[in-house]
Amino acid sequence: MSEWLENHLPKVVLAPSFIAVLIFVYGFIGWTAWVSLTRSKLLPKYEIKGFIQYERLFDSPRWDTAINNLYIFGALFIVIAMVLGLLLAILLDQKIRVEGAIRTIYLYPMALSMIVTGTAWKWILNPGLGIESMVQGWGFTNFEFDWLVNPDYAIYTIVMAAIWQSSGFVMALFLAGLRSVDGEIIKAAQVDGIPTWRIYTAIIIPSMAPIFLSAFIVLAHLAIKSFDLVIALTGGGPGYATDLPATYMYAMAFSRGDIGQAASSAMIMMLVVFAIVVPYLYSELRAKND
Amino acid sequence: MKRFAFATVSTIAIAAGSSVVAEPQAEVLHWWTSGGEAKSVAVLQEEFASNGGTWTDMPVAGGGGDAAMTALRARVLAGNAPTAVQLKGPAIQEWYEEGVLADISSVAEAEGWADVLPASIAGHMKCEGTWCAAPVNVHRVDWIWANADVLAANGIEMPTTWDEFNAAADKLQAAGVIPLAHGGQAWQDATVFETVVLGIGGPEFFQKALVDLDPEALTSDTMVQAFDQMRTLRGYVDENFSGRDWNLATAMVMNGEAAFQIMGDWAKGEFLAAGKTPGEDFLCASTPGDGYLYNVDSFAMFDVDGDDKKAGQDLLAKLIVAPNFQKVFNLNKGSIPARTDVGLDDFDICANLSAEDMGATSASGSLLPSYAHGMALRGSQAGAITDVVTAHFNSDMSSADAVQQLADAVANSY
Repeated sequence: MSEWLENHLPKVVLAPSFIAVLIFVYGFIGWTAWVSLTRSKLLPKYEIKGFIQYERLFDSPRWDTAINNLYIFGALFIVIAMVLGLLLAILLDQKIRVEGAIRTIYLYPMALSMIVTGTAWKWILNPGLGIESMVQGWGFTNFEFDWLVNPDYAIYTIVMAAIWQSSGFVMALFLAGLRSVDGEIIKAAQVDGIPTWRIYTAIIIPSMAPIFLSAFIVLAHLAIKSFDLVIALTGGGPGYATDLPATYMYAMAFSRGDIGQAASSAMIMMLVVFAIVVPYLYSELRAKND
Repeated sequence: MKRFAFATVSTIAIAAGSSVVAEPQAEVLHWWTSGGEAKSVAVLQEEFASNGGTWTDMPVAGGGGDAAMTALRARVLAGNAPTAVQLKGPAIQEWYEEGVLADISSVAEAEGWADVLPASIAGHMKCEGTWCAAPVNVHRVDWIWANADVLAANGIEMPTTWDEFNAAADKLQAAGVIPLAHGGQAWQDATVFETVVLGIGGPEFFQKALVDLDPEALTSDTMVQAFDQMRTLRGYVDENFSGRDWNLATAMVMNGEAAFQIMGDWAKGEFLAAGKTPGEDFLCASTPGDGYLYNVDSFAMFDVDGDDKKAGQDLLAKLIVAPNFQKVFNLNKGSIPARTDVGLDDFDICANLSAEDMGATSASGSLLPSYAHGMALRGSQAGAITDVVTAHFNSDMSSADAVQQLADAVANSY
């Protein structure tokens, strides 16, 4: 008995969570895929009607806006958060005083929920309450900063708030990466008289490739599933100018009683995630096999 | 252990089963959880209890009913629907088509609902000829509210046409007053839009365009004019309107920062709560043009098992439409009774005006359901229209493009 247990304990312990994941993740992905092929309205129906929901989805200007916003938001958010995080990490890595305190300050926004971040930035960016009215109050009456209420620029306010929230976390990731680079190599380079910026660009950063990948994956999935930040900051507005796929799906499923449409948009979101994660998994698995 | 638990559960079940002698039971799902609304529901709760019933309250706040609808969906899928659910308009028919609504015709006929409710409102309460829901109140949507002092100071009368409104607004703007207090949320844009369509196109056009969704009406010149007027109105709101809640817009009218607001009669509650007097501090009138857009709250009755629950359902339906509740509830909520035979002496002048217009428009056939508040269309059609309206209002889209998008969006929403 004890021998059997010893051999099978890991499997026994893992089994419940494995089954749970199988049902609640993959089972429901399958369910959503099924529903996305039906004409479900208020309640799910199971009679397959083909790809009508996907046709409706791609005919919808609101979905176009949502997908475009995802590209703009995703690209800017990931790139800027990574560049900023790396820069902060390198500066923090210069053996400065009170590094611990500064690190905490930068990491702190991550401790807030996106709802809080969104609400705070909503007030900061509100033309009547925040920066615009403050600067105008100083006497610069021509100063304008109305991005939050301007449909062409509102999406960039979401980028700003998201970067503020996440770049500290990216910094922490990169800082750990910087610290893990072998000190001997750096010393050798310094002895050879190589300038510091060359040490970073030619030695340290290339050796942190796995960290870049992790940071990218974390930020990419944050971007795709972004929902609470949009709801708190702009509510999807002005109009639907800052809709993202997640808010589109929510509106369809819960406000409009259009479950089939919501399911099809969820499937497209999942495909976008797959497009990013599958190459990553593939490269990881291949690296292991080599 | 397991056997013990099972035994206990079955004992309780038997005990519960044996005590059933049809004592009226009702579980009521609603989202009236804020101040005046909660008070209004408490009235019904008390009446229900004093008639020997047991009320199980199931308030689900949030998202203007979205959260409650999610809860309802879960309950219905689990085969355990609540007795009565706050539902309105075509949503009642949608749930009926899912085959989960009950028939309360016996109560409705015994109480003579058909004689006391306006025909178009009674229509919403029927599912293929049988009664399946009970109306609670009538909110009028096409109201325009104004600050009396601001209008007097600028020598402006309540406008009766949109041209008059535009002239008044230009004058106010020149005087440094924000002409129109508005909150840039999709449903508020839609509310203004439907009053504009009603005012510019008239009741018949409204029926064709926003109720029947006739493609010709949707792409007509009249619709282009309606969008032109929306563009004009966009010039009359302050630059900071995006995302503002409706009650903040009402406050702007109250303190004289803005002159007008277009909003349903729940805005009146804000004025009254601030101690303002209708007719003196603030004015109420129907928006320019003819017709009456109603938003009727109601309780849909779901199919339930057990005599006690059925008895509760019948009692609830009877009490909801009874004159006493209709009066007390609507005094609290700011709307008017759905039945036309309730004395309105205790109501303010705005409510009396609303009731008078409801009677007149019901007779002339211009008593129309509000599209912006889910009375005229199903969720996906109404949502598709709102998307276009709010996109147009918040960008520099031309009216011709908007009309084209409107027709496409409606066609794509089925």
